[in-house]
Amino acid sequence: MSASAGPISPARVSIAYQNWHRFSRNPTAVIGSIIVIVVIFAALLAPVIAPHPDHAGAIVNFPARHLPPSAQYWFGTDDVGRDIFSRVLFGYRVSLMLAAVVLGFAVPLGAALGLIAGYFGGWAEIVIMRLTDVALAIPPLVMALAVTAVLTPNLIHAMFAIAALWWTWHTRLIFSIARTLRQQEFVEAARTLGASRFHILFRELLPNCASAILVKTSLDFGFVILIGAALSFLGLGVQPPTPDLGTMVASGADYLPDRWWESLLPGAAILFVAMGFNLLGDGLRDLFDVESVR
Amino acid sequence: MEFLYFLIRRVFWSLLVLFGLSIVIFVIARVMPGDPARMAMGPRASQEQVAELKAKMGLDKPLLEQYEQFVVGLAHGDLGLSLLTKRPVDDDIAETFAATFELVLATIAIAFLFGVPMGVVAAANKDGWIDNLVRFFAILGAVTPSFLLALLLQVLAGYVLHVLPTTGRLSPDAAMRADITGLLTIDTLLKGRLDGLLDALRHLLLPSLALSAATVGQIARITRSSMIDVAKQDYIEAARAFGVPNRVRVFKYMLRPAFVPPMTILGLEFASLLGNAFVVELVFGWPGMASYGVRSILQKDLNAVMGVVMISGVFFVVANLTIDVLVGFVDPRVRIRGGRA
Repeated sequence: MSASAGPISPARVSIAYQNWHRFSRNPTAVIGSIIVIVVIFAALLAPVIAPHPDHAGAIVNFPARHLPPSAQYWFGTDDVGRDIFSRVLFGYRVSLMLAAVVLGFAVPLGAALGLIAGYFGGWAEIVIMRLTDVALAIPPLVMALAVTAVLTPNLIHAMFAIAALWWTWHTRLIFSIARTLRQQEFVEAARTLGASRFHILFRELLPNCASAILVKTSLDFGFVILIGAALSFLGLGVQPPTPDLGTMVASGADYLPDRWWESLLPGAAILFVAMGFNLLGDGLRDLFDVESVR
Repeated sequence: MEFLYFLIRRVFWSLLVLFGLSIVIFVIARVMPGDPARMAMGPRASQEQVAELKAKMGLDKPLLEQYEQFVVGLAHGDLGLSLLTKRPVDDDIAETFAATFELVLATIAIAFLFGVPMGVVAAANKDGWIDNLVRFFAILGAVTPSFLLALLLQVLAGYVLHVLPTTGRLSPDAAMRADITGLLTIDTLLKGRLDGLLDALRHLLLPSLALSAATVGQIARITRSSMIDVAKQDYIEAARAFGVPNRVRVFKYMLRPAFVPPMTILGLEFASLLGNAFVVELVFGWPGMASYGVRSILQKDLNAVMGVVMISGVFFVVANLTIDVLVGFVDPRVRIRGGRA
């Protein structure tokens, strides 16, 4: 890791290694990625590592209700005696899946629209960018509330509603990058060589947007998780008995302040994962030097 | 003149956005699966009763005609009847909007009051420990769920320290009403009721603190980077060469242009601010539009829900227009060139 091992000729140091070197010296990025990796593994392995995997379901364990955190129940127990720590691990599964599905839809769509608007300009730009203005005027949480109210409140509808607005941010970001790239020589060269529009958009422009997309997506993972949690906190997202962090905070809030663990610890778990993705995105932003991405 | 032209263009685009918004809302309300009439009548109503209500609400007409009705209603400020309160939705929203507006204004005031100095101090100590501390707080503010912060503040200030009220806009025994502007802080001042003003401010403090966390961080972050950008400009270097004192340089020449990016960011922040208000109002029992919205959503009160979404959008659009005008005042370049710097 350290350069003191001897003089290394710059030519032999791969770009991947240089990037790793810079990444590993960026405390925000390192802490962020550790949190993210821990949460992903906790979610994937929840059935194996949870102390009480059966508590993820609709079971009741009345003798153990409202117990404070202890060696047996790390985060205490809830109002029907279920282990809150186990339910937090399973809750992470729901949060991560929500964010992955929303962004899996919104990022490719947003990026493609941004590239088209930025490269072609003219009518394509007017139509696409005015569409983003409309979508921007609706708070995602409010949209999700309205959609889940019309349909039935559940995870699928919530994901649909958030994704229906989320692409805007990526469109705006990629649009501004693509617009400046449009005039550059390498695009001009590709055009002169007779490259197809598809080739220019996705082979020439897209790779140059990749780092911005990566940073934005990492930040967004945290924000989508926060919106999903807020939605289920209001009772309109994930429905019980599926363990969900926002729902747990809401039901535990009835017992504040005496039984603080029932709401504050799941709340801290949301904070933890959102913090991880945000730190990672922040670190990646320094690494790739894309100051403009928020 | 350029600025006027710019404004006219902005107003035109805003109207277009509102038109688009009306289509989105109409699609949610009428085109998506789910029968508003059936929802209104409940599952036990007979088929005939539902059909009758459908005819009464105009739901049996072609979609285009329904949309026309919807837009004409909107233009007249008519958002239909609330099924929950049995009153016109626009009356309900007019009553609750002021409370939300007051909350949002207080939040913005807090965000600038803390965010701008934080950003300035961070920029002055770039890469030092103060800078890192500000950065940490900015991230913490952005990633703390607003309902968690709301609950924490409520428990801490209300139940543990017993220093601040935790619900509502006024104490139950306060004989006061917001019947002039709807904003309690202004109305109590106008009436010369200092005790009322104090009471209103005490109620306002916790919800607006809970709501402002993310915005404070965002503003601190943007102020920091724009201060650093401005500091690199030639005219600042020239001012230093002329021996202009540090204090004057920072506060007179740097802060003003550096103020523009945080203001424009605030415009975009409005959407998430309003969204979070839904959660914060609920926790603090704040009688605003957002808690009205949540209540009507839980009761499947479709007209009310659509009204709330529409007004949220209008609020966002008007707020951004206002910010554009304000930016024009702060930054003469915008006035001359006719566009955001």
